[in-house]
Amino acid sequence: MDHFPTNWGRPRNDAFDPYGTYPIHQRPATKDNFAEGVQRTQQPIVTGTSVLAIQYKDGIMMAADNLGSPPPFLPLTQSDRILSAASYGSLARFKDIQRLHQVGNSTVIGASGDMSDFQAIQSLLDEVVIDEFTQGDGHDLGPAEVHEYLSRVMYSRRSKIDPLWNSILVGGFRDGKRFLGYIDLLGTTYSSPSIATGYGAYIAIPILRSAVDGRVDELTEENARNLLHECMRVLFYRDARSLDKYQIATVNASGVHISDQVHLDTSWSFAEGIRGYGAQTQ
Amino acid sequence: MPDGSFAHPQQRQFNPYTDNGGTILAIAGADFTVIAGDTRQSEGYSIQTRYAPKVFRLTDRAVLAVNGFAADGNMFVKKVKQRLEWYRHAHAKDMPLRAIARLIQTMLYAQRFFPYYVYNILGGIEEDGTGAVYSFDPVGSYEREACRAAGAAQSLVQPFLDNQIYFKNQKAAAGQTHPTHLPLSDVLSIVIDSFTSATERHIEVGDGLEIFVVVTKGHSPQGLESIRNVQEVTTRADTDRMFVIRRELKKD
Amino acid sequence: MFRNTYDSDNTVFSPQGRLHQVEYALEAVKQGSAAVGLRSKTHAILLALKRSFGELASYQQKMYRIDDHVGIAIAGLTSDARVLSNFMRQQAMSSRMLFNRPAPVNRLVAAIADKAQVNTQEYGRRPYGVGLLVIGQDKQGPHLYEFSPSGNSYEYYAMSIGARSQSAKTYLEKHYESFADCTLEELIRHGLHALRETLQQDKELTINNTSIGIIGAGGAHETDVGTEGNFRILEGEIIEVYLQSMTPKETADALAHAPAAAPADAGAGDEDVQMAE
Repeated sequence: MDHFPTNWGRPRNDAFDPYGTYPIHQRPATKDNFAEGVQRTQQPIVTGTSVLAIQYKDGIMMAADNLGSPPPFLPLTQSDRILSAASYGSLARFKDIQRLHQVGNSTVIGASGDMSDFQAIQSLLDEVVIDEFTQGDGHDLGPAEVHEYLSRVMYSRRSKIDPLWNSILVGGFRDGKRFLGYIDLLGTTYSSPSIATGYGAYIAIPILRSAVDGRVDELTEENARNLLHECMRVLFYRDARSLDKYQIATVNASGVHISDQVHLDTSWSFAEGIRGYGAQTQ
Repeated sequence: MPDGSFAHPQQRQFNPYTDNGGTILAIAGADFTVIAGDTRQSEGYSIQTRYAPKVFRLTDRAVLAVNGFAADGNMFVKKVKQRLEWYRHAHAKDMPLRAIARLIQTMLYAQRFFPYYVYNILGGIEEDGTGAVYSFDPVGSYEREACRAAGAAQSLVQPFLDNQIYFKNQKAAAGQTHPTHLPLSDVLSIVIDSFTSATERHIEVGDGLEIFVVVTKGHSPQGLESIRNVQEVTTRADTDRMFVIRRELKKD
Repeated sequence: MFRNTYDSDNTVFSPQGRLHQVEYALEAVKQGSAAVGLRSKTHAILLALKRSFGELASYQQKMYRIDDHVGIAIAGLTSDARVLSNFMRQQAMSSRMLFNRPAPVNRLVAAIADKAQVNTQEYGRRPYGVGLLVIGQDKQGPHLYEFSPSGNSYEYYAMSIGARSQSAKTYLEKHYESFADCTLEELIRHGLHALRETLQQDKELTINNTSIGIIGAGGAHETDVGTEGNFRILEGEIIEVYLQSMTPKETADALAHAPAAAPADAGAGDEDVQMAE
């Protein structure tokens, strides 16, 4: 309670102003004693690295490894932070993280960046999909709708300066149409025949574009799978925050399929010949 | 700048903006307007996509080009379109160009203290049938002009337009004056040259070019016949006509 | 002034288990001029009779565009209809904003029905005094719904609401089985015939008192309809051609009363229309 009558619900009247309410009283802000304890995501905590996705003849394919690693010490630029650099030494903290998620019957999403934010997004989308299902009228959400919805969510959170710290790929196949799109923590969106987040944007994109751009309709499922497999291998070689276990999602006319874990075979024998590597120090 | 050391407190601020490159441009003629933009979207040195439209049809006679932060741009266009739809519900007609221009100014200024980081160029046909271009800054200052370039290669393209459209630093031949308006064919050449040149010299410009041409009702779109890949997108007879020209730009 | 004891409060049941206020609201719909809706495999159309309050007054608007794919015709209180149409427009826009998807028609209708239901149950409210016919199209094709102030909504092959709508309904019930395969022109003619049934004795359908709302591909007499077949309202001169296509009333009645007359024969009377006027 204060001594300003307008704050007690008294009507204002500018002809006769018994309480001197012009100019209007500054209402004292309601104080939240815990406000200082409330913080917003200012940096990602447990992060996932790149997600790769391409369109191919019959639909889309998406790949992401199963690593969740703690935060970087040495942030480069904002977008580089999503890929995560050196941290906690270089602990590979969670080695069985699912970074691909099915949404409805014709969509899959994959995320890099903060894994807790991503899991919150999964819950949100699951809720929307259930709401849609319970309408029971034959209308459901396809990849384009999910992409639009996610971009609204991400953009509105960035506008509150309380971003969901992710780069997300949305892929799907519905009504005979492929869809592949991107959304990030700023609400930036785009579509392309091949997209990669994080480190993959530098390492995998040149490989993917040379194989996919202008050839989407010729690329078979096997071509697409082999292509992504090769890119995941290159990423495992070059991205310190990656893992040799990954999953691959396929969306085509027969629906959504997320694979079991695939293991990457890598050969490190070349390293023995390199001076300054491993045991050979001088 | 945070350096990761424990020696002193580190503070980091989320930056809600980025720049997605690209360039847009519009030129008004006596009875037409040309509005164009490249289709590359980039962040830093990465090309995100080779096709992300920056030029949007708003009504039968108004086209809006948006450049800057792509997320803000797309959201802004979406909101403008919804305001125009409400206008259509209320008045059963399209909002006139100069009214759209004022609407855009109020919508931009409403976000004065958390601006849409976008440069807008609105082009189309005025109620009196003349071609018009309105250009805006991110917080809503605007004016009607004959031509305007904005975006990454503004500093490359605008001086070229000043010279070619406004005849700056040109002397008319003895006893002659510069024309007030150029014909459509000349304008299209200037637009295409502007973008091929900007693509050569600016890394954020390239991939594709999308040109909208709006021609006043009853006037012939003379100058378009020699252009390849022209698609007419007029929806109704007895309105202004609208065309889209799509071209490739260098992708390197 | 009350007709009976349970009139004053719409949240109280009468001993017969009726909500009188809600029933009076349904009466308000019957006060409004008639609206007719029909559906074929490819089109959904609305036809409405506009009223004018005298020589000097304009005709009351009977149809509203909700979105590219949805339109409504109203019978009852126009001011209430504006509240509902505004709400439907908001819902349609929000679907486009959130999902970039045209709002499913059935959900728009369910949304206003839910709003209307609240008004039949909460203290201090009154039901809407307006009924709507809603046409729309989505992936499943064209649809026709009726909304009423009681909070009910149903989908129909054909329906009419408003003053003397029972006569139109009788016509529709007689002919609805042929609607599915009708062309747009045939469907409109059926609609006009049905709407004509609601007229007072000395009145007839004119280009001034008739509105036609269409969803579906453009017909033979239409220009500038895009491939999507968006909702459009036809009024004035352009509907003359449809009015001309009607079978004159006397002929139609005679055919209807002739024992062997089939609907197909009614169509054969078309060629004579111009001469009959």
